[in-house]
Amino acid sequence: MCHQTIGLIARHLEEAGIPTVVAGSARDIVEECGVARFVFTDFPLGNPTGKPGDVGMQRAIVGTALDLLERAWLPRTTVQTPYVWDADDNDGWRNHFMRVDDSNRAALVAAGEARRRDQAAAKADGRARTT
Amino acid sequence: MALTERPQRTTNGRKPDGRRAHRSYLSYIDKSREYYAAHGYPQPYQWAYSHDVAFAPLPKPLSECTVGLVTTSFFEKGREPAGVPTARPKQPYAARCDDALAGLYNSDLFWDKDNTHTEDLDTYLPINRLREFETEGRIGALSERFYGIPTDYSHRRTQRNDSPRIEEWMREDGVDVAFLVPL
Repeated sequence: MCHQTIGLIARHLEEAGIPTVVAGSARDIVEECGVARFVFTDFPLGNPTGKPGDVGMQRAIVGTALDLLERAWLPRTTVQTPYVWDADDNDGWRNHFMRVDDSNRAALVAAGEARRRDQAAAKADGRARTT
Repeated sequence: MALTERPQRTTNGRKPDGRRAHRSYLSYIDKSREYYAAHGYPQPYQWAYSHDVAFAPLPKPLSECTVGLVTTSFFEKGREPAGVPTARPKQPYAARCDDALAGLYNSDLFWDKDNTHTEDLDTYLPINRLREFETEGRIGALSERFYGIPTDYSHRRTQRNDSPRIEEWMREDGVDVAFLVPL
């Protein structure tokens, strides 16, 4: 959801004449939303501008975004950085995230019910956004 | 201007190419359908899609531009600096970059908490990296303030309420280009 929110504000800013670059890790959400410039790093959600503690990688990703600001000439320009999250098992995190199988089906149903209760309570006491 | 130096694409010893019945990168839109159905939501979420995309060219050389950072992370409740809204629901905010250096709060957002963490600010809000590029003259300046936007299921609230507010702060701060980082 963060990626959609950022995609929507990037679109607003471009329409207002402010050039934008998005650095993110949910490629489909950003590209479907449609932004001018996008630096994609194929990492688990949470570290779109580089691995924790890896200043060199952070610098390269941020630098790539700056390059893109200067060099893109059409909207929907996506650049993918070369980094790999886990060289030994790069499908492990992908398969684990948001998985649905028999091991967690009951827990997801319960989580959904708890979430709906929280949302109803938030709406009732004014913590939910309504305008 | 030389492009940023970056390593060559590497396979790290793994077979680089092959055949797959699906994309190599995750489709969060595809995954979310089954995931939220399993939570008991009968209708799939309607993600934003646009065919047309605006494109604003740089108004001047990047080395003369002020860059504004936009994040979906917020200050921890009760630890907001002066001037940042404390009430819930979340509202967009502008805050000094210096006030974020100890890190922001994002445990309430949806990201991969099993595989990584957000204890290093520059992995999701690269204030320090952009300040280095400012020192080197690659950008004109990093705006003294950065901007926070609430993650919202409502496209309308993001488009009509939150985005114009942040645009307004950017104009007050003389921001020329926006660098946006979703979590």
